[in-house]
Amino acid sequence: MTDAAEAVVETSGLTKRFRGGQVAVDSLELSVPRGSVFGFLGPNGSGKTTTIRMLLGLIEPSGGTARLLGEPMPRAARQVLPQVGALIEGPALYGFLSGRDNLLRYDAADPTADPRTRSTRVSEALERVGLAAAGSKKAKAYSLGMKQRLGLASALLQPRQLLILDEPTNGLDPQGMREIRTLVRELADDGITVFLSSHLLDEIEQVCSHTAVMSRGKLITQGTVAEMSAGARGRLAVTTPDTAEAMPVLKEHGVTDVTVSGDRVTGEMPATDPPDLADLNAALVRADVRVRAFGVERASLEDVFVALTGEGFDVAG
Amino acid sequence: MSRADTAPSAASAGKPEASVAAGPVAAGPAGPAAAARAPGSPLRELLRPLGLFRSELVTTFRRWRTLALLLVLMAVPVLVGIAVKIETSDGGSVGGGEGDGPAFIAQVTNNGLFLVFTSLAVTLPFFLPMTVGMIAGDSIAGEAAGGTLRYLLVAPAGRTRLLLAKYATTVVFCVAATLAVALSALAVGALLFPVGEVTLLSGTPVSFGEGLLRTLLIALAVAASLLGLAALGLFVSTMTNSGVTAMAATVGLLITVQIVDTIPQLHAVHPYLFPHYWLSFGDLLRDPVYWDPLLKNLGLQALYVAVFGSAAWARLTNKDITA
Repeated sequence: MTDAAEAVVETSGLTKRFRGGQVAVDSLELSVPRGSVFGFLGPNGSGKTTTIRMLLGLIEPSGGTARLLGEPMPRAARQVLPQVGALIEGPALYGFLSGRDNLLRYDAADPTADPRTRSTRVSEALERVGLAAAGSKKAKAYSLGMKQRLGLASALLQPRQLLILDEPTNGLDPQGMREIRTLVRELADDGITVFLSSHLLDEIEQVCSHTAVMSRGKLITQGTVAEMSAGARGRLAVTTPDTAEAMPVLKEHGVTDVTVSGDRVTGEMPATDPPDLADLNAALVRADVRVRAFGVERASLEDVFVALTGEGFDVAG
Repeated sequence: MSRADTAPSAASAGKPEASVAAGPVAAGPAGPAAAARAPGSPLRELLRPLGLFRSELVTTFRRWRTLALLLVLMAVPVLVGIAVKIETSDGGSVGGGEGDGPAFIAQVTNNGLFLVFTSLAVTLPFFLPMTVGMIAGDSIAGEAAGGTLRYLLVAPAGRTRLLLAKYATTVVFCVAATLAVALSALAVGALLFPVGEVTLLSGTPVSFGEGLLRTLLIALAVAASLLGLAALGLFVSTMTNSGVTAMAATVGLLITVQIVDTIPQLHAVHPYLFPHYWLSFGDLLRDPVYWDPLLKNLGLQALYVAVFGSAAWARLTNKDITA
């Protein structure tokens, strides 16, 4: 508990084979450090949700083990889950109940929740996600964004050690997305570990400290976001009207994979003994290349992601 | 990233003051967490697991669908009462004498209390069990269809506890549905027909008070008759992720079994069909009470509850929740 390096989520050889032989999750070795904001990435159908459901004890693994807060799942579900808030594949509500009554019901389902503080805690959770004014409205009248917020509120009914949020900004408008990101940061600052799955890469880049990438049921990589971004070398980009003149100069200095699109020339800097950027720029100018902009563009997480999975966000077959 | 390095130490330190100000949501693992789960008196602790059952009851009986079902059931005695009143307004008897129409209907004009027995005899073969089948069939499958099942289970409601709460609620509905018919019939009967001393089926007259007591016993016997079907519906409900499918399947099973129960060639299986002894409640109107079929009915219902309750438990506790 006091060990900073302790893993809040830890899986070992975690495997799920569905009836019919389809392997949804294959020998997953996942480790989420306490206090991190962990971004869980992967194309649709890569096994993210199945993994989350196994972590929460909803699906029985066909092999391997999953530990949540140090306890084995699903065996220790009763002790562990009260300390875990979850949003799984979008919110699910009773349309005929008000938002507030929905939360009261979910809270009543937790045997460890104190009924005496229930009403206060529900009010606070509604307040926290900005639904205090709409709490008495029937949930079926809620917009998708409001439902999403209510789902988040149900994850925040109790003090939690871990939040597992599956696509928490789905269906929210840009302002709502920002609020949720701010909320996630606040929660993380309070010491709550947040396990966040998302398909929005810049979102992961903005809020997460750690990340893992899944593809076709397998874990491709995991580490800190900084490490991941550093792993991919940036590309040199030159903006100039004289693209034809610029290309030979760049090639002379060892830049490879030089491509032109519009008035931009981009290329890979050589891995060993890269030229000084200032010298390179001077060489361009000497060759009468009029340079408008010049520099190395840092690889975004998206570049890393595409490089790793070798695909966009298409459904894996 | 620096957060990864600094945040864990902050969390493990407890940091109580800052978290309290931010509400329980923001609390660290210690301090306020313990406060929110502070144990109350021993009695409170004992009753706390009932919170889910209470929530289940409130949720079920606040649904318009449940109230509509109860209203339909309450309408049946009104219709039967008015029909009897109209048919006998010229001084004749119902259906031209005994042997026609539902059980006890001939006695209704003499004593309004018999409208209760008539109404129960009319609704028991189909209306009553149909409503129970709907509630029981929807219990788990409806939650699965709405996606709320996964949130209840990670709350964590506990699969066994959830199943017990669902079954207990269905049992309460069985009683409520039977009482809806009985009380509506009692009111209509008292309004349209004379009430007073009751002549039992065996010919013995008893006071109106004892008649009412026997009526209550009959209502309980009818409610108990529905317990087997409730367990069957619960089991069906764990088999599918669609509430409508589960309701339809349960009601379909009821109709099938009722038909099989009327085919003489299949008499060998009749004693094992859950509706076979349903109309035995009439034996509570004899003096002395003829207990044999009543007890057989209760035994059969207990058997169904044991078999299908276990099956539902085995199914739900081993099921992958993918909905």
